[in-house]
Amino acid sequence: MKYLHLIWAALFRRKTRTFLTLVSIVAAFLLFGLLNSVRMAFSAGDSVDGAGRLIVNSRMSMQQALPESLGARIAAVPGVSAVASANWFGGVYQDPRNQVISFAVSPDYVDLYPELVLPADQRAMWDRTRTGAIVGAALAKKYGWKIGDKIPLQSTIFPSKSSGGNTWTFDIVGIFHARNEQAAGREQMLMFHWKYFDENNAFGSGTVHWYVVKVANPAHADEVAKAIDAISANSDHETKAQTEQAFQASFIKQLVNIGLIVVSIMGAVFFTLLLLTGNTMMQAVRERTSELAVLKTIGFSNRSVQAMVLCESVLLLLLGGLVGLALVSVIVPGIGAASGGMIPVHGVSASTWFLGISLMLAIGVIVGWLPAWRAMRLNIVDALSGR
Amino acid sequence: MKKFLINLSLVLLVVVALFGWTMLPWLGALALAVIFAAWLGFSRSGRQTASMTAVGVSTLRQRAGSSSVIVIGIAGVVAVLVALLAMGEGLTATLQSGGRTDTAIVLRGGSAAESASVLVHDDVLAIGQAPGIARDAGGKPLVSAELVVAASVKQQGSDEDANAQLRGVDAEAWALRPGLKIVQGRKFTPGLRELDVGQGAARQFAGMAVGDEVKLGTESWKVVGVFASGDAYDSELWADREAVASAYRRGNSAESVLVKLTGPAAFDSFNAALASDPKLKVEASTTADYFAKQSASLAKTIHIVGLTVGIIMAIGAIFGALNCMFAAVASRAREIATLRAIGFRGAPVVVSVMLETMLLALLGGVLGALIVWLVFNGYTASTLNGLTQVVFRFKVSPQLLWDGLKWALAIGFIGGLFPAVRAARLPVTTALREL
Repeated sequence: MKYLHLIWAALFRRKTRTFLTLVSIVAAFLLFGLLNSVRMAFSAGDSVDGAGRLIVNSRMSMQQALPESLGARIAAVPGVSAVASANWFGGVYQDPRNQVISFAVSPDYVDLYPELVLPADQRAMWDRTRTGAIVGAALAKKYGWKIGDKIPLQSTIFPSKSSGGNTWTFDIVGIFHARNEQAAGREQMLMFHWKYFDENNAFGSGTVHWYVVKVANPAHADEVAKAIDAISANSDHETKAQTEQAFQASFIKQLVNIGLIVVSIMGAVFFTLLLLTGNTMMQAVRERTSELAVLKTIGFSNRSVQAMVLCESVLLLLLGGLVGLALVSVIVPGIGAASGGMIPVHGVSASTWFLGISLMLAIGVIVGWLPAWRAMRLNIVDALSGR
Repeated sequence: MKKFLINLSLVLLVVVALFGWTMLPWLGALALAVIFAAWLGFSRSGRQTASMTAVGVSTLRQRAGSSSVIVIGIAGVVAVLVALLAMGEGLTATLQSGGRTDTAIVLRGGSAAESASVLVHDDVLAIGQAPGIARDAGGKPLVSAELVVAASVKQQGSDEDANAQLRGVDAEAWALRPGLKIVQGRKFTPGLRELDVGQGAARQFAGMAVGDEVKLGTESWKVVGVFASGDAYDSELWADREAVASAYRRGNSAESVLVKLTGPAAFDSFNAALASDPKLKVEASTTADYFAKQSASLAKTIHIVGLTVGIIMAIGAIFGALNCMFAAVASRAREIATLRAIGFRGAPVVVSVMLETMLLALLGGVLGALIVWLVFNGYTASTLNGLTQVVFRFKVSPQLLWDGLKWALAIGFIGGLFPAVRAARLPVTTALREL
């Protein structure tokens, strides 16, 4: 630590060069932070809250409906502590482009999602209101909805009996918040009563699209899933039960192999960064040869000269990298908001910081190694005489 | 103050030059290159520039480390940018190329996509009666009512589930898509549980070879043929509509009706007839419009992501190039000062340093473009379109490669300009005295 000012002075010996190198490092880590946040956002779902939940949908197709009567039979499976159901609704608000993530759910659905916070009085109000709907805070903010508003939604799938068209009317009776960041994506949802949906749906009734099952012990989730699938085996509505995590992961995998894209881009970026900073450090040591020799002459050991050069390169990487990641944490919430919840990013997660700082240290050591080794091996007499 | 003004005007020059450069078609660039070559060869300062550049280039080998930073950095930018844009272009081409102006698709009013639409049997019959529909040799209207289902299948080579688009079609469906050809086996027999699979689906999903039995829904289906179309249909499984409807309990409803019009001009009268029928609540669009709309937001997203990543990488590369060229200029300060002392002007100094940077940038750009072209042209990937998978190929078009090279040269231009000006403005006496 006592050599910090010496290392600092050496780093800023050539201000222009250090500044230019820093900007490149900032750009590299800015990109790293952005891409990693997006990657994390799409691989989210491995939250603690979701661990004990199974999603049960039709084995034939995700859009295929299951009979509503199945719910009671699933609830009877040993190890199941609660069952709720949900239906696709395919809602749009005012314009076909304003898609609203909307589901018709059974009354106890929200109880299975402890990460969603709905005030008790609003919950009671929802239970009393047939056409009541609860909306996530982010969604309510997007369209300026308030409690007490009556809103029309068009369903892209289900015609409504009461309106004769596709328009369904809902009363907003509650606004829920997410308890933690992982669940923030759910603040884009609108939920209303399955009973209203079932009665008012011109396509007939008695069906649900998927069940959410809470298992008593998450460690037994697989056995419970098998037992649930066994109920409907060889019937015309075979089910597929899987953990919420597996359900989401299968979607993301099919969407795009984000992990692969991110890793290839970052590979290209960091390889270039290695070359760039390595080159800078080599130059820095080469032009300081005589200074390093003087340091050794006045008594610095080979080891401490080596350590100082190594620290200099790590410091360079840390400076640039931290600025880059700090920029990301400023930019990312903006991206999340601008995409209207399409890209569910909210900040730089702890794991991104951790991975980023590990990368800074690793790259710093790698690029500093050769110049540091040269500095250590420097022969005082040769260096001072300019040989 | 004077220095500040000079720097300010340089930045303005860069902005103007970049703006002009992005607008420039390749013919313009070629003309620029010819004019520049003429200047190099035939004017006095041009020949001075040429000889100075030759000296600079000949010393590149001693600066292999820093020159390779420029080349590889720019190659990386160009490679990533072109690859991402090629992905977007390939996907758009796949989703849009199935569209035609003489075929119309009819969905229930307000439906954004086929899977969100429902048409009852009476609607289908009424649509078939509308004017403007072409007829086959036997006088039958060319109309196909269709039903798509997201069927659960297994991914090829792994045990993971995937969603395939299973399309139930009428017999006329083949005539409605002239670009679609059976490449292996035969068409399915109406009424039987037989499948024709697209060539993309055959690659992507397990159990899709001719002769295979595959379980879709609760039933077993026999694969009897493979078709190729070069668009989004390549990712689909086709079967008889009645068979799909009964397997997935859809009754006799359909989701969309595809009709062949007598010509592109017939669309307006066809559309007007549907709109004026009070019993029908449907919307018609030509398939060209429909497919373009379907892929617009996806294409835009990929384009924006590609440009954002490209711009951030380009900023990194510009500063890398600046760094290397400042170092190069500093190490050659005495040599440049000597040249200026014996009568070389400022302009040749500036141009030669920039020329050197841009040559390195060009090398990087060509390298990056070449890598992407070799690795990614025709590379097959898949993504979800709505609920089901669509298989597409990356399309590295010459236009994209040219765009990549333009980016490379722009990075070289900025990266070279400031060091070049520094070199030219260095006072001769100070530079000569420097050790």
